[in-house]
Amino acid sequence: MQVPPDRNHVPSVRPTRRNMLVAGAGLALAGPATAETLADIPDRAPGAPLSGHSERSSYVKLSRIPEAGPGMRHVDPADAINSKAPLQELVGTITPSDLHYERSHSGVPDIDPDVHRLLVHGQVERPLVLSLDDLKALPSITRTVFIECTGNGWENWKAADPTLTVQNTHGLVSNNEWTGVPLRILVDLVGRSSGSTWMLAEGGDGAGVARSIPLTDEIIDEAFVAYGQNGEPLRPAHGFPIRLVTPGLEGNLHIKWLRRLKFGDRPWMTRWETARYTQLQANGTARQFQLRMETNSVITSPSGTMKIKPGRNLIRGLAWSGHGRISRVEVSTDAATTWKECRLVGQALTKAQVRFELPWDWDGRPTKIVSRSTDDAGHIQPDRATLIAQTGTNALFHYNAQQTWSIDLSGEVHNVLD
Amino acid sequence: MSWINRSLALLALVFSVTGAQAQTVGRTPAAAEIAAWDIDVRPDGQGLPQGFGTVARGKTVYAENCEGCHGVGGIGGIKGGLVGGQGTLTSNHPIKSVGSFWPYSTTLFDYVRRAMPYPAPGSLSAADTYAVVAYILSLNGLLPANGRLDAKTLPKVRMPNRDGFRPDAEFSQGYIP
Ligand code: HEC
Repeated sequence: MQVPPDRNHVPSVRPTRRNMLVAGAGLALAGPATAETLADIPDRAPGAPLSGHSERSSYVKLSRIPEAGPGMRHVDPADAINSKAPLQELVGTITPSDLHYERSHSGVPDIDPDVHRLLVHGQVERPLVLSLDDLKALPSITRTVFIECTGNGWENWKAADPTLTVQNTHGLVSNNEWTGVPLRILVDLVGRSSGSTWMLAEGGDGAGVARSIPLTDEIIDEAFVAYGQNGEPLRPAHGFPIRLVTPGLEGNLHIKWLRRLKFGDRPWMTRWETARYTQLQANGTARQFQLRMETNSVITSPSGTMKIKPGRNLIRGLAWSGHGRISRVEVSTDAATTWKECRLVGQALTKAQVRFELPWDWDGRPTKIVSRSTDDAGHIQPDRATLIAQTGTNALFHYNAQQTWSIDLSGEVHNVLD
Repeated sequence: MSWINRSLALLALVFSVTGAQAQTVGRTPAAAEIAAWDIDVRPDGQGLPQGFGTVARGKTVYAENCEGCHGVGGIGGIKGGLVGGQGTLTSNHPIKSVGSFWPYSTTLFDYVRRAMPYPAPGSLSAADTYAVVAYILSLNGLLPANGRLDAKTLPKVRMPNRDGFRPDAEFSQGYIP
């Protein structure tokens, strides 16, 4: 709608609706632009000069939402404990780095990489101090994986607020390409003793967030210390200069601002693996070291607070599993009565998000839509009743029940439990 | 996932070729350097420093460093989590506090030492950390008003919810709480 302030711009004299709007825009009365005929489309003109950094289009508004605990939204960013990714606005599978969900326990430290060090010690033959340059000199891997906060989905444990968007319900998961040094290389460098079966990973943030990581074969084979995110150094909110990546496991294990790895023969029982990130069951005991993020999916469009029209709609969503690769996503458009298999868009990678699509003709009658995913290990995303029967409603974390969106007569889409 | 194993095997090969350089990657830390950063404390007490603290001293430390956010006696502050909640874990509104939920007293020492007071983590001396931990435990009825804590006695404070956790077999490496 905006006309560049270009002296060479020759205003069109065709009597179109656009010209009438432009005349109005002179009075700063910008109405929604339309392009009902090709003649409505603005003339071409030289654009802005090249620049050192590409910004988003001024027509695109994307941002995360900082939130506090379940039900505590619209908080002052200073009181927020996480910031959720706008899943409803994203396409493909890679979350832009600046929109990757964020969670921290003492804010985002401003770390000078030249004076950041990683100490690797404990039950090892050769303790080591490594600089960022040391790490970059080691062989690297690059891998696309999702990272998901265990609190993702926690809004819906007990009730479904109908005003929630998919950003509110599921914005604590993101999918990025990470580059770094395989843990196995570091393990071999320091000569881990055979008795060390656990590793404490600790961050350089104010809270010194620390988790005991069991050194299973899977974790030694797949974890890495990342310094690259989507082709550039990590963003500060995501751990600059280095973070741990543990594909498929709890977001909290992906220790940001990593500064220490200590090997030992038992877990340390830090606050984050006892008081936090354990799941209270109905009988009052808590599941601990439930580290794997479960098989999950969500329809991102149409989703909460959107409005659809009768006729052809394209259902789109994201699916992911900490067990492996998504092999199949099904969608029901009749409240989980019958299911149709969706097309997976692009290649499904192991422990990464994949996009799914399903064309759907809405007949204008109220209904509910819901997705469920299956991974290559055979795990099927549970419906809500099954999950609640297993764990009760107090677990707070690891909610991976199928997400249902209701659609009313007017086409409005709302968050419901099932 | 075999591609991961394949690429790791390849990496190992690349790396073993340069294995002679391995010693030149990074540097060996001095023992004192490690000690300064080695702040973690385990349930068996490993990692606890020298020194001791009393509940009485802890009351002062708490008033000066913690009360502003955690409230008088651990109640009514902008951040809860220190006291109360016993008997709520099976209710519809479980309250997880140090007294009702935390399984190990050592975790409290570890956490306060690494993360609190929030604006200046690591600013308390070892003695004051013992003291404020003793005070918080006394608020939960787990130490008498004349109690004191050191590296020997702290791990022996048995938390009410000590048996409340069930580690997943897949990730517990044979660890039994
Ligand atoms: C400026 C405010 C502030 C001050 C002062 C402060 N804290 Fe905290 N405290 C917090 C915040 C914020 C959290 C939650 C951090 C998080 O969620 O990771 C917290 C969490 C805690 C917890 C964990 C509670 C739980 O449920 O997990 C303990 C224990 C604690 N603080 C003890 C202390 C002690 C002891 C002091 C004084 C030495 C202190 N705090 C001073 C803000 C403060």
